[in-house]
Amino acid sequence: MVWDWIPRNLGMLGELLGEHVVLALVPVLIGLVLAVPIGWAAAGNRALRTVLVPAASVLYTIPSLALFIVLPAIIGTRILDPLNVVVALTIYTVALLVRSVADALGAVPSLVVAAATAMGYRPGRRFVSVELPLAVPVLIAGLRVAAVSNISLVSVGALIGVGGLGQLFTEGYQRNFPLEIVTGIVLILLLALVVDGMLVLIGRVSTPWTRAGANA
Amino acid sequence: MIEFRGVTKRFPDGTVAVDGLDLTVEAGKVTVFVGPSGCGKTTSLRMINRMVAPTEGTVTVDGRDVMAGDPAELRRGIGYVIQQAGLFPHKTIRDNIATVPLLLGWNKRRARARADELMEVVGLAPEMAARYPAQLSGGQQQRVGVARALAADPPVLLMDEPFSAVDPVVRESLQEELLRLQGELGKTIVFVTHDIDEAVKLGDKVAVFRTGGVLAQYDEPGVLLDRPADGFVDGFVGRDRGYRKLGFLSDELPLTELPTVRVGDSAPEGWSLVADADGRPVGWVSGEGTVEQSAVLPGGSLYEVGSGSLRSALDAALSSPSGRGVAVDGDGRVAGALSADDVLRALAASRADEAA
Repeated sequence: MVWDWIPRNLGMLGELLGEHVVLALVPVLIGLVLAVPIGWAAAGNRALRTVLVPAASVLYTIPSLALFIVLPAIIGTRILDPLNVVVALTIYTVALLVRSVADALGAVPSLVVAAATAMGYRPGRRFVSVELPLAVPVLIAGLRVAAVSNISLVSVGALIGVGGLGQLFTEGYQRNFPLEIVTGIVLILLLALVVDGMLVLIGRVSTPWTRAGANA
Repeated sequence: MIEFRGVTKRFPDGTVAVDGLDLTVEAGKVTVFVGPSGCGKTTSLRMINRMVAPTEGTVTVDGRDVMAGDPAELRRGIGYVIQQAGLFPHKTIRDNIATVPLLLGWNKRRARARADELMEVVGLAPEMAARYPAQLSGGQQQRVGVARALAADPPVLLMDEPFSAVDPVVRESLQEELLRLQGELGKTIVFVTHDIDEAVKLGDKVAVFRTGGVLAQYDEPGVLLDRPADGFVDGFVGRDRGYRKLGFLSDELPLTELPTVRVGDSAPEGWSLVADADGRPVGWVSGEGTVEQSAVLPGGSLYEVGSGSLRSALDAALSSPSGRGVAVDGDGRVAGALSADDVLRALAASRADEAA
């Protein structure tokens, strides 16, 4: 029985799923932490913005497979080190989020920022309690793209032996066993949907004010 | 007291926004900066809380140069009401109002209690405390803006075209409210507007700026309307300045007796004023016969004896269908009638007094 394969390999599938989640989402977190200050710098300075935002976009155009292979030479890791995938996907996340952060902060009404300054906010606290919260909706949109894109890109890592659920593709192909490939696709799709849904939920919970309709 | 001494603001592109400004804003009074756009009124205001730094000269608040010390500390001690309110959209009304107290390190409970207190002061219903700014009307948002500026009880209040984005009716009620509040609080208020009517209504003193950041005239509103310093001020205060000036003259006007009728009574020939059971005016009817509710024409504006100005008296006469302005007492009951001629005679008398 071919279908038997799934229940017999539940343990292995779970392990691969866990690896996939870590490889895809750890870079999203690191990327976010890096992109916020870079995007903030870009939003505050026109000259910096004209350099930083296009530069970040260019990073995203590097083919993932090429990056996985070139990285070990640059950062001194072994070719099969999962760190290569984490670093590469962090680069992509930063590439996507710098623009999001810069746009999100740029969209905060200047009147509101001026009011905050005039109330006596210092720049650091103003950023944390006024500008960043108001940037959340656009930021969440950027995070959703980055997270889903990472979940799909992790599988490319399978070609260098580190790919979470992507390994089901390489293995299924070598063994000429389509069920394994389909299982991989379905699991990756479900993972992307669940993560995307969670981000939407986080966005909703953290921005109750966006749903406060006019003149309730 | 706020003092500008030889203050000039030149922007990096070479534009001079404010040119050699010398001006003293008196403590406890409302001072209005008015002028066309590009006259430097907002820039001047923003130099008081150091949102803009002067290129030359000094601005002092109570003798202290605003450029000395920490700008954030300075700003926490100066209330600021910005155009279109500038509320924080992600914070509730209560948290918006509590902003400065929280920045000053008050504990949350005390800051929120203060916010609730201020909502009452500016006339906002308590159930609005948990709402977000987008759920309020423009006029309500503006009240929140005023409450937020007052939260830490600063002696100085800066208001930058605060009522420009609301409709005329709401604007008028906000202006009245501000004058009422000021009567209770006695803050040093600097108010920026491009609307000369608003300026003469609110200001104890009005500073008229001309394009290029030059102070054209700084006087009490009555003086400004009566004796504009030059052609620019004359042109800016407008063609209606004679009429506006009536707003600064009040006089005992001789009232004539005004008999009233009630709905269902029999009216004499000509115009009759209809009043309700309490003696408050309802409207006018013309012609003999029984007064029908449907035949009552809406009356004009009312002149309140004692608190009214010659302007409101003249308006009462001019807006009344019968040509007789209705004067009411403090409780809104009919006190008598006046005519446009009475107002003009009072005006002539006040001129004669002034000349003597």
